[in-house]
Amino acid sequence: MSTREIISTGNDLSARAAVDAGCEFFGGYPLTPSSEVMHTISDLLPKVGGVAIQMEDEIAGICCVIGAAMSGKRALTATSGPGMSLKAENLGLAQMAETPLVCVNVMRGGPSTGLPTRVSQGDVLQAKNPSHGDYKSITLCAGSLAECYTEVVRAFNLADRFMQPVIVLTDETLGHMHGKAELPTLEEVKAGIVPRKKFEGVPEDYFPYECEGDQPAVLNPMFEGYRYHFTGLHHDKNGFPTEEINTCRDLIQRLEDKVELHRDELELNEEFMCDDLEENDVLIIAYGSVSLAAKEAIRHLRKDGIKAGLFRPITLWPSPAERIKHFTDKIKNVLCVELNIKQYTAEIERVSSRLDLEGLYKVNGRAISPHEIVAKVKEVF
Amino acid sequence: MAFNYDKYLRLEKMPTLWCWGCGDGVILKATIRAIDKMGWKQDDVCVVSGIGCSGRFSSYVDFNTVHTTHGRTVAYATGIKLANPDKHVICVAGDGDALAIGGNHTIHGCRRNIDINFIMINNFIYGLTNSQTSPTTPQGMWTVSQKAGNIDPTFDGCKLAIAAGASFVGRETMLDPKKLERLLVKGFEHKGFSFFDIMSNCHINLGRKNKMQSAMENLDWIDSITTPLSKYEKLTPEEQLNMFPTGVLKQDTEAREYCDMYQEIKDVHQGKRKVITQDDFEKKI
Repeated sequence: MSTREIISTGNDLSARAAVDAGCEFFGGYPLTPSSEVMHTISDLLPKVGGVAIQMEDEIAGICCVIGAAMSGKRALTATSGPGMSLKAENLGLAQMAETPLVCVNVMRGGPSTGLPTRVSQGDVLQAKNPSHGDYKSITLCAGSLAECYTEVVRAFNLADRFMQPVIVLTDETLGHMHGKAELPTLEEVKAGIVPRKKFEGVPEDYFPYECEGDQPAVLNPMFEGYRYHFTGLHHDKNGFPTEEINTCRDLIQRLEDKVELHRDELELNEEFMCDDLEENDVLIIAYGSVSLAAKEAIRHLRKDGIKAGLFRPITLWPSPAERIKHFTDKIKNVLCVELNIKQYTAEIERVSSRLDLEGLYKVNGRAISPHEIVAKVKEVF
Repeated sequence: MAFNYDKYLRLEKMPTLWCWGCGDGVILKATIRAIDKMGWKQDDVCVVSGIGCSGRFSSYVDFNTVHTTHGRTVAYATGIKLANPDKHVICVAGDGDALAIGGNHTIHGCRRNIDINFIMINNFIYGLTNSQTSPTTPQGMWTVSQKAGNIDPTFDGCKLAIAAGASFVGRETMLDPKKLERLLVKGFEHKGFSFFDIMSNCHINLGRKNKMQSAMENLDWIDSITTPLSKYEKLTPEEQLNMFPTGVLKQDTEAREYCDMYQEIKDVHQGKRKVITQDDFEKKI
């Protein structure tokens, strides 16, 4: 992989990633600590003929993005926890109508207004099911400055592949961190773009929501001669509302299966110094900015003679169940580190069938330091 | 020769779910005739609807159609229009959509003066969900959520749209389909945000409980509260209080349209013009 170096912030890199990935539309509303995504993209998009608009509220921010995406454009919105809560209903419509879009959530302390300028990972469970009803969310989580870029690029390609919103979680630490990021070249990003599928036959043969049980809808751009219907209601193969029993069941089952049966296309993890771990060594599970501290802690621990490694899911939802189980079956001492109270630990407990996991949880808006992780490991194992 | 609607209808979706005698069908047909008059190609039109009886409008007409969440039509339409400024976007919303849950979007769509045609079907009640109070329900009427009588002041959508900056504002009723069609054509021809308050009957969920048992009685009431703008202007303030003017209530052909203005943003960033300043606008605060 050929790379380039850019010195910037996480929020700036997320915006640049979107434009490089072919995003043509941004809609949003100012929300600390995500606003810089809008600041950057409102300069970049008009330069390349796209549109960035600050809407009247968070709800309008997601709605105009869905509208642009329905018309066929790649589209982005960015926000933080309070905005995610407001966007939830319309994220549900995008799940139901199978509209691809990317939503960056730069996490801050919650609930409610919480700690607007401080870091948290408190939206991890919200990202799993932001809206009511059954569907399978796809949530990626950047763990470095570079991933604020690469995960947004990946999110756009996954959104078009699975025809649904993809949430990218970053956090206040990464969003406002300023530093050097090693990124794939623009040529490489462009070459990796996989646009959404398009039906090429005659309009009479086109049924946008008629597809295999594990596949997403094939939704052609508007205004190109394929006139069909988008709705948040249960719908038939043409997109029209229906209450027919089998159609309703098949639709919701398909929304689940199109993701669940293709988890291998979504899974992405980092295994840091895990190769030599044995039963009595230490496995740390962390994600997002916390993993930066965890890696530093592992270097210290190893210097002190404690063999430790990090398992870091980059795709949080669906979770990498098999890989987590592989490690938790093998290694006795497992420490989960999160900037929330057990939100992802609960998932690790579920997939590992273990209730003896140790945890380090911090919810005061401050980052976890490598020292705290080292001390915790020495205390509990 | 009678107008043939077939080309514009999704005939397999007929009959509609609207009640017998409902005015929504009259508005749907007038909208189709207005689009036909405009000569717009079906592929170039997008109809965006909200939730409620009027929300089903989009599924009956053969255009690019979007049935959105409650109140959000203008927000969805703004994305569609800005991303495709050469296409024609029509919102169809109910009075609850436009003035209650979606009031904020209505205000800001008007303020931006984006070239969207916003048809508010105003039947003075939440019809589909069985008679709850809407922002346009007259004070003193019975609703299922205010059985003692509605105390909430009645909202005039046109006054809101005018104040918020829509450059075309008009009102008609479904009582005169020809007039309605002419108003729609005028608004469609207008570049900028066109707000239409189209009054319709809901004898089932408003009328029956308010001494207007039939569609005709409900329509007689609408007739009695509306008068053309020219006549309205001659009324005393007391008489105006109980009357809604119809026709074109505002048309500002000078107001700048949002997609056009956004093109200038693109021009700035592409180095084709200098940065926009207050000197570029007539209004300098």
